[in-house]
Amino acid sequence: MKVPVNITVNGRSYQRDVEPRQLLVHFIRDLGGLTGTKVGCDTSQCGSCTVLLDGVAVKSCSCLAVQADGAAVTTIEGLAEQGTLHPLQEAFWDKHGLQCGFCTPGMILASHELLRHNPDPSDADIRHGLEGNLCRCTGYQNIVRAVRHAADALAEK
Amino acid sequence: MYPADFAYYRASSVQDAGRLMNEHPGAKFLAGGHSLIPLLKLRLAVPPALIDIGRIVDLSGVTVANGRLRIGALTPHAEVAASSDVATHAAALADAAGQIGDPAVRNRGTVGGNIAHADPASDLPAVLCALDASIGIVGASGDRTVPASEFFLGMMTTALGEDEIVTHVEIAAGQQHGSAYAKFPHPASRYAVIGVAAVIAADGDACRSAAVAVGGLVPAPVRASNVEQAVSGEALTDASFAKAAQRVGEDLGDEILGDLFASVEYRRAMAPVYVARSLSAAAARARK
Ligand SMILES: Cc1cc2nc3c(=O)[nH]c(=O)nc-3n(C[C@H](O)[C@H](O)[C@H](O)COP(=O)(O)OP(=O)(O)OC[C@H]3O[C@@H](n4cnc5c(N)ncnc54)[C@H](O)[C@@H]3O)c2cc1C
Ligand code: FES
Ligand code: FES
Repeated sequence: MKVPVNITVNGRSYQRDVEPRQLLVHFIRDLGGLTGTKVGCDTSQCGSCTVLLDGVAVKSCSCLAVQADGAAVTTIEGLAEQGTLHPLQEAFWDKHGLQCGFCTPGMILASHELLRHNPDPSDADIRHGLEGNLCRCTGYQNIVRAVRHAADALAEK
Repeated sequence: MYPADFAYYRASSVQDAGRLMNEHPGAKFLAGGHSLIPLLKLRLAVPPALIDIGRIVDLSGVTVANGRLRIGALTPHAEVAASSDVATHAAALADAAGQIGDPAVRNRGTVGGNIAHADPASDLPAVLCALDASIGIVGASGDRTVPASEFFLGMMTTALGEDEIVTHVEIAAGQQHGSAYAKFPHPASRYAVIGVAAVIAADGDACRSAAVAVGGLVPAPVRASNVEQAVSGEALTDASFAKAAQRVGEDLGDEILGDLFASVEYRRAMAPVYVARSLSAAAARARK
């Protein structure tokens, strides 16, 4: 059984017939070119598959593509507007908030979710807000600095 | 990891969901999917079909009417945690919803799915028991309401029939009490190793009555009646809470859960700590 879906990814709409068991993360990654969204743990724990679904952060390894039918997805590739990095992307770069980079797309989108609710987070708020995202490299310190830096940059805008 | 193949149907209403369930025996309802999809991926569940109830809009949202706080089954945890009505009338529930998993999990997971799934490590079952919530259910044989204390029967076992849907939970609003939830989260999954919900009605500086329910370390939430009795009539002080909390061992029963992270003995020893914390936090709110 295949089911027709229409999912907008980074502003472009995709009509596909999908197997109901297809996970949203695979739908996105198999579109062609959009491999920024990672599969880390595949058991809902690491957050590297985080995307925005109608503006809200979700773990796309734990959603079915059919559940996203009619919705708009933003992946890491969709965050930069007209070639200008989003302040969060800029901040992760400036503050060295990554080493291997595998967790970074998820970290940035989870940080996006945090700043949406709390534009002026304390370090503790940031650590709490990123609870669902694991990084095996950085030790988190620079990630926290990057999010704080992005919050300041967004406040100045 | 791919789930095994299944058919997919989207329900437009509760009645439609019931009809689809009737046509597809063995199917599972799909709400937020944050308990079910992980099980499908591990192939611990292999249903022939999923009936997606996630778009039945009238199952979602928080309202207060006729002295009752009503939370639709599809309300995501994030919305419960952020609701001022929940904070006012059922603060322990707001506490618990805000500590479920992580922000992305709270955006997808729903109240109805959480209680229908009835994982022993879930947060909401104990809270609903302490708050004397009732659970609204619709099925082929009609509507019914089940008190939370009769809903959770055992590990992942509830009073829900195969074709029945949880539509909402209801809690008395405007009660003169304070409530709180104290949790020992698993460091990786954030599920409850121990979770304790307490409700205290104050009489000046004394405890008029208390309701305490414990989850996480038992197959289904238990009301800690020995603790409740021990704290009633006593001063609202941390010393009396610590003393009363020691009684929780008598309430837990014989079956305590343990795992590699937290053994049976460790959990048993930690239970009074979280009972005392929840009593103390509930008392602080009850005095206000
Ligand atoms: C990483 C992670 C961490 C988590 N941490 C916690 C935690 O700390 N505490 C906690 O309490 N939970 C936790 N959860 C579980 C989370 O709260 C789930 O969202 C919730 O248990 C299930 O809700 P759902 O809407 O996702 O249900 P689904 O996964 O869609 O469904 C679960 C089950 O309930 C049934 N069902 C769903 N809705 C209904 C309904 N309205 N009527 C009848 N049956 C229904 C389904 O058929 C299925 O059997 C975590 C989950 C993940 C992935
Ligand atoms: S891959 Fe989705 S949470 Fe790890
Ligand atoms: S930078 Fe390597 S996992 Fe985070």
